[in-house]
Amino acid sequence: MQGNVACAEGALAAGCTFFAGYPITPSTEVAEHMAAKLPKRKGCFIQMEDEIASMAAIIGAAWTGVRAMTATSGPGFSLMMENIGYAVMSETPCVLINVQRGGPSTGQPTMAAQGDMMQVRFGSHGDFSIIALAPSTVQECFELTAKAFNLADQFRCPVFLMADEVIGHMRERITIPDSVQIVRPKPLQEGMLPFAPEDDLIPGFAAFGTGRKIPVTGLTHNEKGYPDSTNPARHESLVRRLVDKIETVRHSIADYEIVNEEAEYVFVCYGSPVRTVQEVVQRAKTPGTGYLHLRMIWPFPEQLLSRFPNVKAFIVPELNLGMISREVERHVCVPVISAGKIGGELHAPDELVAIVEQLRSGGCP
Amino acid sequence: MRDDWLRADRLPHIYCAGCGNGTIMNCVLEAVDQLGWNMDETVFVSGIGCSSRAPGYIRTDSLHTTHGRALAFATGVKMANPSLHVLVFTGDGDLSAIGGNHFIHACRRNIDLTVVCMNNYIYGMTGGQGSPTTPIGKTSTTTPYGAAEMPFDLAELAVAAGANYVARWTSYHVTELTKAVVAGIQTPGFSFIEVRCQCPTSYGRRNKYRQPGDFITYLRESAVLKDRWDRSSAGEELPSEKFLIGEFVRRSRPAMGVPDEA
Ligand SMILES: Cc1ncc(C[n+]2csc(CCOP(=O)(O)OP(=O)(O)O)c2C)c(N)n1
Ligand code: SF4
Ligand SMILES: [Mg+2]
Repeated sequence: MQGNVACAEGALAAGCTFFAGYPITPSTEVAEHMAAKLPKRKGCFIQMEDEIASMAAIIGAAWTGVRAMTATSGPGFSLMMENIGYAVMSETPCVLINVQRGGPSTGQPTMAAQGDMMQVRFGSHGDFSIIALAPSTVQECFELTAKAFNLADQFRCPVFLMADEVIGHMRERITIPDSVQIVRPKPLQEGMLPFAPEDDLIPGFAAFGTGRKIPVTGLTHNEKGYPDSTNPARHESLVRRLVDKIETVRHSIADYEIVNEEAEYVFVCYGSPVRTVQEVVQRAKTPGTGYLHLRMIWPFPEQLLSRFPNVKAFIVPELNLGMISREVERHVCVPVISAGKIGGELHAPDELVAIVEQLRSGGCP
Repeated sequence: MRDDWLRADRLPHIYCAGCGNGTIMNCVLEAVDQLGWNMDETVFVSGIGCSSRAPGYIRTDSLHTTHGRALAFATGVKMANPSLHVLVFTGDGDLSAIGGNHFIHACRRNIDLTVVCMNNYIYGMTGGQGSPTTPIGKTSTTTPYGAAEMPFDLAELAVAAGANYVARWTSYHVTELTKAVVAGIQTPGFSFIEVRCQCPTSYGRRNKYRQPGDFITYLRESAVLKDRWDRSSAGEELPSEKFLIGEFVRRSRPAMGVPDEA
């Protein structure tokens, strides 16, 4: 199965019944698969007039209580930014798949990249937090898309599947379970205000049409949902809560794989470069290496970096000029080598081996 | 009762004294109340602007969204749950400048929404900049020497783009407006009601209608009944300072998001 189709299947398995999108390479197969499948399941597929509208439509749909998703790539992702911020502010659960291609601008429509890793975290204006996952296999396309819906419902925020062209278009054999775990948002309790948080900082959810008369706005609002946009304390407590509801649990929700904690040279990787790293670390001629494979990039689980007691350097191979490498750098005292690569091709194993050898011989790659 | 639809605990509202938006809200609430809509099955959606603040004062579920995008959000609500009544409040800038593309596509899809556009010829909320409906020669903060661009005729635009119901009235014509909202709601598919209205603060002040009463007089005197004009004009063009009011179209093209039982 193709990665993009596996994303769509993961969404369907998770009970997604609403898809709004606009065609863009290399993500289009997600929309095409949803267009074929949703009408047969009494779901709704709608091709919108642009990505701004697609993002708007899934937020509107999500407020009726359905699981809603869109899929896009760089140029469309840029157009979605304002409404992503709206989903954050209005605490709307929704899922976005970004099959990343080379940018800036129209860039390389058919080539892989991971150049939107900072945009997903910081691209919309203002302070906020989101959850971003990255698949490195077609199996993970399926599993992480299904998981994204649970996280979106649990945390009431947009959740992103940051795939890339290689994974999106790769074909691999996968196992599809009979059913996947489904966690819906906790309900808005009787007598609770619609934006009053519970102990986990997250308010309960009630869909439109269920009698709760919820006023949803992107303006800074009080717990009733009423605008209150010139009160500094109100803004601070709301925005801090929106950030904290995600950031305070970043270590408990982290999704990762660690190989060889004793390693001196540790790769930190996500998405398709994980495949190259796995090959390098397994090679006999690169002993002493290990890796941290992040399936969830944001919120960033920096404590995992301290799981390598002998580490002499972290190496971050990614398909950009060094985005997550900077995040790693913020949290550690050992050298962090950015092995960013752009142009659309994956790293060759030998490129990564050469970095390790150079470090081992005292050089600075 | 119409007043049951208002959130008493949100008053006072932000509208300036003499603003036309309150009158239009009242007409819309009168219409949905006459139709016996259930508050719990009704969703008001809007973009950004003075006009778009209306849903926040109404005691139903509501989505006050991003500037220009109300129709795209409303499309999601209605297509995901066609049994909900979805009514959109928007402004001339929200609908036809930043949201122009969503407007024509929502008309084309003929989604079962009722859209009320408070056309005050100006960007009210941001202090009176020119909009796509500012008439030629009129003053705004961004057209200090008089607007030079041809304005949109929003009702004609909706007709051309495929809406099933289109009408235009003014904030003076409260009875006709209320009836038009009822007719729009009863017509399956996209219903568009443009309401020319006064913004004494951001538009009137710079264009000799500082008093709301003068502004309403201007609206009343510039409005020409479409039916009458169609019968008597023999194809001649309407003088540019006048505009037509009335029902522009009522038809039954294929529509989307119509509830099953309708
Ligand atoms: C993307 C974006 N651009 C600009 C603005 C600023 N803005 C807020 S309201 C508005 C104009 C509203 O005009 P209109 O829709 O006619 O509503 P009115 O206030 O006249 O009722 C603008 C430009 C914004 N909120 N968002
Ligand atoms: S600025 Fe104009 S449109 Fe806005 S509330 Fe005042 S009068 Fe009404
Ligand atoms: Mg206006």
